[in-house]
Amino acid sequence: MLRPITVSLALLLTAAPALAQTAPAPAPPAVTPTEPRETIEGTLSQDRTVIAVPALATPAVTTVAGLRTDALGRQIADVIAADLERSGLYAPLGPGSLRAITMGEVTAPRFADWSAQNAENVVHGFVRADGAGNLTVGCYLYDTALGSELVRQGFVIQPGDWRRAAHKCADAIYSRLSGESPFFDSRIAYIAESGPKGNRIKRLAIMDSDGGNHRFITNGQALAISPRFSPDYKKIVYVSYLNNRVRVFIYDVATGSQKLVTESANTTFAPRWSPDGTQILYSMAVGGNTDIYRISANGGTPVRLTNTPGIDVGGSFSPDGRKIVFESDRSGSQQLYTMNIDGSNQQRISFGGGRYATPEWSPRGDLIAFTRMGGGEFRVGVMTPTGGGTRLLTNSWQDEAPTWSPNGRVIQFFRTSPGREGKSSLWQVDLTGVNLRRLPTPQDGSDPSWGPVQP
Amino acid sequence: MTIRKTTAMIAAITMLAVGACAKKAPEQLPPAPEGTGTDTDAGTGTGVVPGSQEDFVASVASDRIFFDFDQYNVDAQDQATLQSQSQWLARNPAVRVTLEGHADERGTRDYNIALGERRANAAKNYLASLGVDPSRINVISYGKERPAALGSNEEAWAQNRRAVTVVIGR
Repeated sequence: MLRPITVSLALLLTAAPALAQTAPAPAPPAVTPTEPRETIEGTLSQDRTVIAVPALATPAVTTVAGLRTDALGRQIADVIAADLERSGLYAPLGPGSLRAITMGEVTAPRFADWSAQNAENVVHGFVRADGAGNLTVGCYLYDTALGSELVRQGFVIQPGDWRRAAHKCADAIYSRLSGESPFFDSRIAYIAESGPKGNRIKRLAIMDSDGGNHRFITNGQALAISPRFSPDYKKIVYVSYLNNRVRVFIYDVATGSQKLVTESANTTFAPRWSPDGTQILYSMAVGGNTDIYRISANGGTPVRLTNTPGIDVGGSFSPDGRKIVFESDRSGSQQLYTMNIDGSNQQRISFGGGRYATPEWSPRGDLIAFTRMGGGEFRVGVMTPTGGGTRLLTNSWQDEAPTWSPNGRVIQFFRTSPGREGKSSLWQVDLTGVNLRRLPTPQDGSDPSWGPVQP
Repeated sequence: MTIRKTTAMIAAITMLAVGACAKKAPEQLPPAPEGTGTDTDAGTGTGVVPGSQEDFVASVASDRIFFDFDQYNVDAQDQATLQSQSQWLARNPAVRVTLEGHADERGTRDYNIALGERRANAAKNYLASLGVDPSRINVISYGKERPAALGSNEEAWAQNRRAVTVVIGR
């Protein structure tokens, strides 16, 4: 039941020669390196690029695994348009408002038609059954003014993976037009919440970056918190209150089995993977004193990294795997520190006033996201690995626990509302502080963890 | 706002009668735990099984102690509460308990688990100093996962910064 469909997403076609042209370098966000600064949320650029995304064509309407290729052409276009819209950079014209295209148009677009609809770019594609139960999805991007091809990719997929083909196509378009690395074809582990505030049911759950392919993992009988996907998406490390103890487990997504990260009589929590997936950081409380440890993902002897009477907790590896950022209250309040992975060279990096927690190193390595507590509110912000350029990105009662998109451009977090009916939900915001959005989840949500782009 | 407590760890018994210390327990008493019922006469009422959770709650000053914001020290009032708990535990030597540490919602999740560990262990250590065998005391931290009061105000937060002693059997 818990076994996922094996993904075989082979690149069918090579990139067109047009791809050899280098995309323009992205404009860096306007950042003033001052102490915590608020941003105006929710404003989108007025000059978003208009992209037409008509339904993908099909050479012959075929039903494969209960899916019709013509219906899939429309659904794939819907997912591509939704991805592009969610990025905040584009204003897609969705398939519902556009005429269908023929197979012939896929490689010979009627550019004048799309220009007449003010579309600067147009996405074409096709869905073809190969007779062996697989589908081929073609994905093309054109510049309507120049009449030139910008992207040409194809994917052979099992029918159940059609959403991944759509995300891969959207990623190719996004990368070509923005110059940024892709991020749509990625997954999120989080905690689904339900029930009253005093007795919340918290279940481990996973979904695609757009909320698709949602699946509950645990049944809610034991509290589950703070999940993290392994870099290969095969495992999830998380904390379970199973048998009224607080312990870190490694859950195997394919088999549905789980094991303790370490055998200990003590409370273990706040786990994180190393970027290569070979090691796990966790925190352990011994006699009330919490410190940070590192252990092989296969078990063995843990290495103690901190040794202070204060609370040392959490932690996140730098993308090169050489440093760790963590939080500690050794100075009297929660603050952020960095250290080498052997625990040496511990240095405080947060000084801006207030308490700082839940640091997460960007996959690009240039920034650390955090939760800042002050004035009775939690806000999500970023700073450089040496503590400079602190910026706050959100403004609400409680925004907590940032996690990075695979390309380091978007930050997800959870937002909690106050009071007896207070609930949590998943949100995301651009690194520039704009394009704030709530993520669709079937129940309330917390503790999001965004994994890498899938191969 | 937050009242800083003195960390005087002077002999507990002399402090028992001292109620003048900054009172951090909420004015409004926390709700009774499940199954406590309304019987409050010290375990002598009908139907209260000696050594049970019901007996415990009816016999001790309180099943819980309270902490100031981001603090975990056991003050005079907490000491009096734990003293009454230790006396009951002495009368019921076969009983084991769990000490639950909790935090209010104004901290991040992982930190609050660590803070709850501190609070539960502070209570455990004090009970041990009064002669309770620490092997009878199990500790678990719920962080901010299980608030007793659901509001988002000082009164609710004061009730949630707590260490609760729960009888788990013999």
